[in-house]
Amino acid sequence: MDDEVRMDDIRGMVLFVPGLQSLIDLLRERGWAVIGPTVRDGAVVHAEIESVDQLPRGVGDLQDAGSYRLRERDDETLFAFAAGPQAWKSLLFPSRELLWSGRRVGAEKEVTAAVVDAKRLALFGVRSCDLHALAIHDRVLAKREVTDTAYVARREATFIVALTCSDPGGTCFCVSMGTGPVPDEGFDLALTELLDQDTHRFLVVPGSDRGQEVLDDLKSRAGGVEVLPASEQDHLGAQEVGAAAAQHMGRSLDTNGLRDLLYAHPEHPRWADVASRCLSCTNCTLVCPTCFCTSVDVVSDLTGSATERWRVWDSCFTTDFSYLHGGSVRDSVQSRYRQWATHKLASWVDQFGTSGCVGCGRCITWCPAAIDLTAEVAAIRSGKE
Amino acid sequence: MRTIEQYLPDHPFFEGLDGPTLALAAGCATNISLAAGEYLCHEGDAADQFFVVRRGRVAIEVHGPAAGTLVLDTADEGDVVGWSWLVPPYVSTFDARASEATGVVAFDGACLRGKCDSDSHLGYELMKRVTQVMNGRLVAAQIRLLDLYGGPGATDAAPR
Amino acid sequence: MPRLAEPTAVQPVESAMVPRLFRLVDRRQDTADTFTIMLEPNDGVPLAFIPGQFTMLSAFGVGEVPISVSGDAHVAGPLQHTVRDVGAVTHALARTAVGDVMGVRGPYGTGWDVADGHSRDVVFVGGGIGLAPLRPAVLEVLAHREDYGRVVLLYGARSPEELLFVDELKQWEDQGMEVLVTVDYGRESWQGRVGLVTKLIPRAGFDPMSTLALICGPEVMMRHTALALVGRGVRASRIRVSLERNMRCGVGLCGHCQYRELFVCVDGPVLPYAQVTGLLGLREV
Repeated sequence: MDDEVRMDDIRGMVLFVPGLQSLIDLLRERGWAVIGPTVRDGAVVHAEIESVDQLPRGVGDLQDAGSYRLRERDDETLFAFAAGPQAWKSLLFPSRELLWSGRRVGAEKEVTAAVVDAKRLALFGVRSCDLHALAIHDRVLAKREVTDTAYVARREATFIVALTCSDPGGTCFCVSMGTGPVPDEGFDLALTELLDQDTHRFLVVPGSDRGQEVLDDLKSRAGGVEVLPASEQDHLGAQEVGAAAAQHMGRSLDTNGLRDLLYAHPEHPRWADVASRCLSCTNCTLVCPTCFCTSVDVVSDLTGSATERWRVWDSCFTTDFSYLHGGSVRDSVQSRYRQWATHKLASWVDQFGTSGCVGCGRCITWCPAAIDLTAEVAAIRSGKE
Repeated sequence: MRTIEQYLPDHPFFEGLDGPTLALAAGCATNISLAAGEYLCHEGDAADQFFVVRRGRVAIEVHGPAAGTLVLDTADEGDVVGWSWLVPPYVSTFDARASEATGVVAFDGACLRGKCDSDSHLGYELMKRVTQVMNGRLVAAQIRLLDLYGGPGATDAAPR
Repeated sequence: MPRLAEPTAVQPVESAMVPRLFRLVDRRQDTADTFTIMLEPNDGVPLAFIPGQFTMLSAFGVGEVPISVSGDAHVAGPLQHTVRDVGAVTHALARTAVGDVMGVRGPYGTGWDVADGHSRDVVFVGGGIGLAPLRPAVLEVLAHREDYGRVVLLYGARSPEELLFVDELKQWEDQGMEVLVTVDYGRESWQGRVGLVTKLIPRAGFDPMSTLALICGPEVMMRHTALALVGRGVRASRIRVSLERNMRCGVGLCGHCQYRELFVCVDGPVLPYAQVTGLLGLREV
């Protein structure tokens, strides 16, 4: 079964659907739980999968401001939809994390730091926008003076199978943000789904040494039938998928001088206008793959002899996020929306060297008031109220 | 709608000023209309102006992180706003905002100072009037500081 | 077949989020709502800090607050904080008895860097409890008095009953610092000055051109003090303020203390006035 074709000439392999199953099997055998897209409750959500049958076959989505619907496609694609409500952040940066527990022992107190047991996860089908979001979280959580060691542990225990989008959504604007639709780095393997009249296959290219090792392993197991060397034609096909996706962005955002623009207009009347629509519900921060704000909850028993500190997700849209004795600094919805948008698109650049937005469109899709960040920014740029 | 020269003699601040002296001051003035919410000046600005309120209301404000925005004083028709034009380095100490549609006559501070320097009669007359305004505001501020109306910490409560 | 992946990683949570245990060895009630606590570490390792830094103090079962260290940074001894009872956590700290244990994380943040005032005049301006974060810098200067030019403290509180460190103020005068005190209002028995702390600026002896000014107090007071100092000729780049924002982690991870692009816990709390002049003028930032 060993295929002696040299990989140096043309990178990667082509998998048919059974080959994709073999890849999943191989990852599981190597001790990674495979987390991929599935359909549940009318949405594409991440769940542990064992079989390609659990992937959203023939499922597409329709996304717009404040609107998300799945639809039945007339083909058998497995990945032809855009970003679902979940980013990958809840796996690597959980919404609740124990920091330490304390007990009263007689007159003394004891503090025990929590340990994190980082499960080995293979993230299956990570789109380029979410890949960039992971890199952004790396900068925020793993590359500054104080790091989130639990995040680092989980990140190191993660194998990433990225995916080129074939069917971006109505709220996507990764092209504007320079974050897609083709994954460029930060993955172990990258897939592109190729479906035409003749075949249903996946180009898979390695992005790391261990990705290459998995491919070699796959080749030696299933080569010749489910898995073939990639041809130039396969690569061209994949490039066409990426190029077509780039032409089908639902939204766009002009990032030229955006940091300076937002810094210069803290009193723009548009902030008051969006505030009249914003419910301050925090949905956008929940679905955003780069938001990282957290708070610390104190959980104690009734006798006060045992206490725990939990780190929990928080949102700058809550009224007490900026509370100081006497009141909140950002009391009005207007100031809170301005804070979120300015942080995401402007302050982030000064803090971390890139924009905080990856153009995934989730905040637009999942806003109950149908507020569109790209439209708000465009209004400020054009001077409209 | 009267011109500045026609309006000023009726304004309480300028009462008693003779015609030529008033005309001298009016030479530094322009009419300004503001919509509700528009600012006349901001704390720290090198705004060098003195405002006479014709109609409407100007709120003198300060803002702090937890306290938000507080209105310290208001100026209505007949009042004046701002004497930073007299006090170096001619920088606004508070924010001034029109709380409703407001019309003011704005005097350019540098222009007025120049005319006061060359015409000491004008200078003295303006100084007398501004001093009276400042005195009234200061006394009122000091009494409000006493927090007389009650609540914990009010100064007419029993000593701690 | 060789396994590629490492065994499941077991990692302790970042130690910066886990408090050290300190015992309350002494406390002092300063005013009706302000008190000073002295803490000794259970593990015997002193907490080294630079003037201007803060720690996150934990009251078990209640929560954590950021409090500036108010003690001497260069003399061995208990860790000192001056705290105002304004909320649930500070109230729990107020009720902590001598011998009880509390949690401490830190120290965090930027310091006053008062050594930048070597061979210059140094002016401290404290408003209310703002004197407490300045105290370690005052002590550092007075311990090396000959390295500095004229040294001045301008201190304003709401009323005479709310003045902090009153006995020390006299000692500091004896050690060569000009101390001017004022209150917003006083009762008949008060013989000292009444008025806003900025009123003291023209009365103090310092050369504005070379002065390093360190200001700490409510934000409105700091803004007006900075304006008044600039009006007197002090350079904005030589004025430093200590900002305060909601903090949950103290280490730049939780995002709460952001002040536009600045993390007050990491880029501050001490910041050059020249850097934040524009931000200070904005509402709800």
